[in-house]
Amino acid sequence: MLQDLAAAGTHPLADTAARYVGLLPLLPLAGFLVNGALSLIPAYKAGPADPSAAEHGHDDATHAADAHAVAHADEHGAVGHGAVGDDHHETARHKYAGIASVVGPLVLALSFGLAVMIWLAMAGVGDMHTPYVQTFFDWMVTGDLKISWAFQLDQLSMIMVLVITGVGTLIHIFSIGYMRDDPGYPRFFAYLNLFVAFMLVLVLGANYPVLFVGWEGVGLCSYLLIGFWFSEKANADAGKKAFIVNRIGDFGFLIATFLLFANLGTLDFTGVAATASTLGYNSALVTTICLFFFLGCAGKSAQLPLYVWLPDAMAGPTPVSALIHAATMVTAGVYLIARSGVLFAMSPTACITVAVVGTITALFAATIGLKQWDIKKVLAYSTISQLGYMFMGVGAGAYAAGMFHLITHAFFKALLFLGSGSVIFAMHRAYHHTGSHEDAQDMRNMGGLKKYMPVTFVLMWIATLAIAGVPPFSGFFSKDGILGAVFARAQHGALADATWLGMPGSTVLYVLYGLGLLTAFLTAIYMTRMMLYTFHGPNRTGDAAQAHLAEAPWSMTGPLVVLGVLSAAGGWLNLPAALPLGPIGVLEKWLEPVVGAATTAVAGTAGEEMMSTEYALIVVAVAIALIGIVVAVVRLKPAVVVLKRDAVPTHGFEQVLEEKYYVDEIYDDAIVKPLVSGSRNILWAGIDRGIIDSLFVNGSAVLARGFGWVGSQLQSGETGAYAWAIAIGALAVLGAFTFR
Amino acid sequence: MIAEALFFSAVLFTIGVVGVLTRRNAIIIFMCVELMLNAVNLSFIALSRLHGSANGQVFVLFVMTIAAAEAAVGLAIIISIFRHHKSVDLRNINLLKG
Repeated sequence: MLQDLAAAGTHPLADTAARYVGLLPLLPLAGFLVNGALSLIPAYKAGPADPSAAEHGHDDATHAADAHAVAHADEHGAVGHGAVGDDHHETARHKYAGIASVVGPLVLALSFGLAVMIWLAMAGVGDMHTPYVQTFFDWMVTGDLKISWAFQLDQLSMIMVLVITGVGTLIHIFSIGYMRDDPGYPRFFAYLNLFVAFMLVLVLGANYPVLFVGWEGVGLCSYLLIGFWFSEKANADAGKKAFIVNRIGDFGFLIATFLLFANLGTLDFTGVAATASTLGYNSALVTTICLFFFLGCAGKSAQLPLYVWLPDAMAGPTPVSALIHAATMVTAGVYLIARSGVLFAMSPTACITVAVVGTITALFAATIGLKQWDIKKVLAYSTISQLGYMFMGVGAGAYAAGMFHLITHAFFKALLFLGSGSVIFAMHRAYHHTGSHEDAQDMRNMGGLKKYMPVTFVLMWIATLAIAGVPPFSGFFSKDGILGAVFARAQHGALADATWLGMPGSTVLYVLYGLGLLTAFLTAIYMTRMMLYTFHGPNRTGDAAQAHLAEAPWSMTGPLVVLGVLSAAGGWLNLPAALPLGPIGVLEKWLEPVVGAATTAVAGTAGEEMMSTEYALIVVAVAIALIGIVVAVVRLKPAVVVLKRDAVPTHGFEQVLEEKYYVDEIYDDAIVKPLVSGSRNILWAGIDRGIIDSLFVNGSAVLARGFGWVGSQLQSGETGAYAWAIAIGALAVLGAFTFR
Repeated sequence: MIAEALFFSAVLFTIGVVGVLTRRNAIIIFMCVELMLNAVNLSFIALSRLHGSANGQVFVLFVMTIAAAEAAVGLAIIISIFRHHKSVDLRNINLLKG
């Protein structure tokens, strides 16, 4: 395998479009440079499409930009509005918004076009069993460590590239309409372009350090975009929280990388795959490496216990939530585990841990999602829950199923987020027209929107049915793939035979399967609840604002339609053998060269379960999803919901759910406050001011002054004293030589 | 012979040192310094003879030259101090105090 790589020139992809793989991230990077340059020009003019500009007295085109922002922020702050949230703050169109609208999406579209060409070339090659690695330059060469800046194209990275650039292009197009009246418009596209560039580096990197560059880069862009409206402290704090929580995960990633290098001497994916068996099957070492990698994944992909940053990340603009915090960046952890499948396959303990954490996260987040009122918070917890599903899949060694759910989730969750963005856009526009300061994101203020936004309504129902797992929408197939795989692993294979914390692996996996079904049930309920409160029942927006509710422009609904088609039909990417509605297992066959060996190592070569069992599983899953929807429809009464401002506090378990199990408060009391007070009282007051400032800095000055005082006393000016000193000194030296 | 010469040199040097350390009159201290120099000269001569080498004698010539120059400069300084302080008692002169 390595010998094949050395002769990369003879690789079947060498003379195809794949040789331009370096351009994939460079195109968005170029877009970042152009848009970033534009954003440095602080030129604003009042938006012509915004009639409120005159109303608020903002029609003065020469108004200083920052003064404008501050004035508006104060106005918002005075009524306690928009403390957290995706609310448009100032409305002023950037002078060069036109250039940014072209450059931002165009570089993405070009990148997507190139990705499609490379994909066609790869499909033309047929069975490609070695990855195409292109090395650009030596990055770090010191001693035994040799890391080159290299990109690796194989079936796994190809899929990720297609999803990132494809969904990314749609979200960029949506952003044109959504962000057009924001003064930071070019800055927004600059960050978004930079994010895509780093995300592509992440999935294309041919070794762990290059992957880590992308990993950190997307974290940076996530931070920048969560705090995009940084003039409000809550948004800036949410950005910092995301960054800091992710640092904990990155520590795990780095430790795992160091351990890999120390034990294998290589960090290339191909090199690790070739030498991994020397670590020893199910040894403590390989388990440690895998668990440290999983710590990194838990941070990036918002799993317990590091999920807390993702709900707060909704403070960023909605397209950011769709692109970064639903479709691409948060799935990086799933990608990393699929990429490191050869390691995880060697450690059943780590595999089951991943699956257990994923399942618990899925259930935990789904219960919180039941009681959230902010439409984006519901989707945020739903994202955490679905990521938990993906980890359940890859943990059970069903890498293709996990990746399949990653892809379909990218479709339907991007659609849900963009749809909610469309709703928020309409709500905000209506409130802006009437000068109201209600919360444009709270579902209690919505209701009955299907009359005003029919396109968004239909598309979001498609996505809801997809995520709930109703056939024939995409989510049904991918979720069924994961649950089926967990059930199959519980019956036979390496995981069923292993023990986890003293429990037989088989029992653990059966429990996980049950919890997965329960989560699917809850998913159907909370998603239906969201749809009912948003689109059904009477409208609660208010009589004045109601007149201004309308569908978003086509530049925004267009991408939604494309995503709607993908959400509906995405299941055909990987049909199960039990449902031969077309070619079976396309994605699984496509990914076979990358993850096939790892999958076989976990699942064993024994045949799949009986067809009848598989049908039973499908029937159970569908029944559970449908029951969930019916329960939600029967139990929830959109007609009796009261507005946010009239809401009465809830009690008991409902309150615990609404307050998200008080996890933020617990973390605050258990970690943040002790850390802050420890830093202030011990590190700052004790060590910094007490020891370093007083003892070292001032202490050395006092010491020097003391020596100076002694010296000046010796220098009496009396020649006699000097003569004595010289004589005694000379005697001492002579004595030392004499009596040596 | 050599022992007597070195012993005499040491006695002269010690007398010089004790004079420098105990007296306060600048002129006397100056003379004691000359005494020390000549004590060293004596030991140079004695050792030169012992080793049968002319090096020591050459050194003595140098020392005498330097001593002459030093005497000229030193006496000039003492005179100038006397003009300023109307005294050559070193207890009264401590301008080099730190």
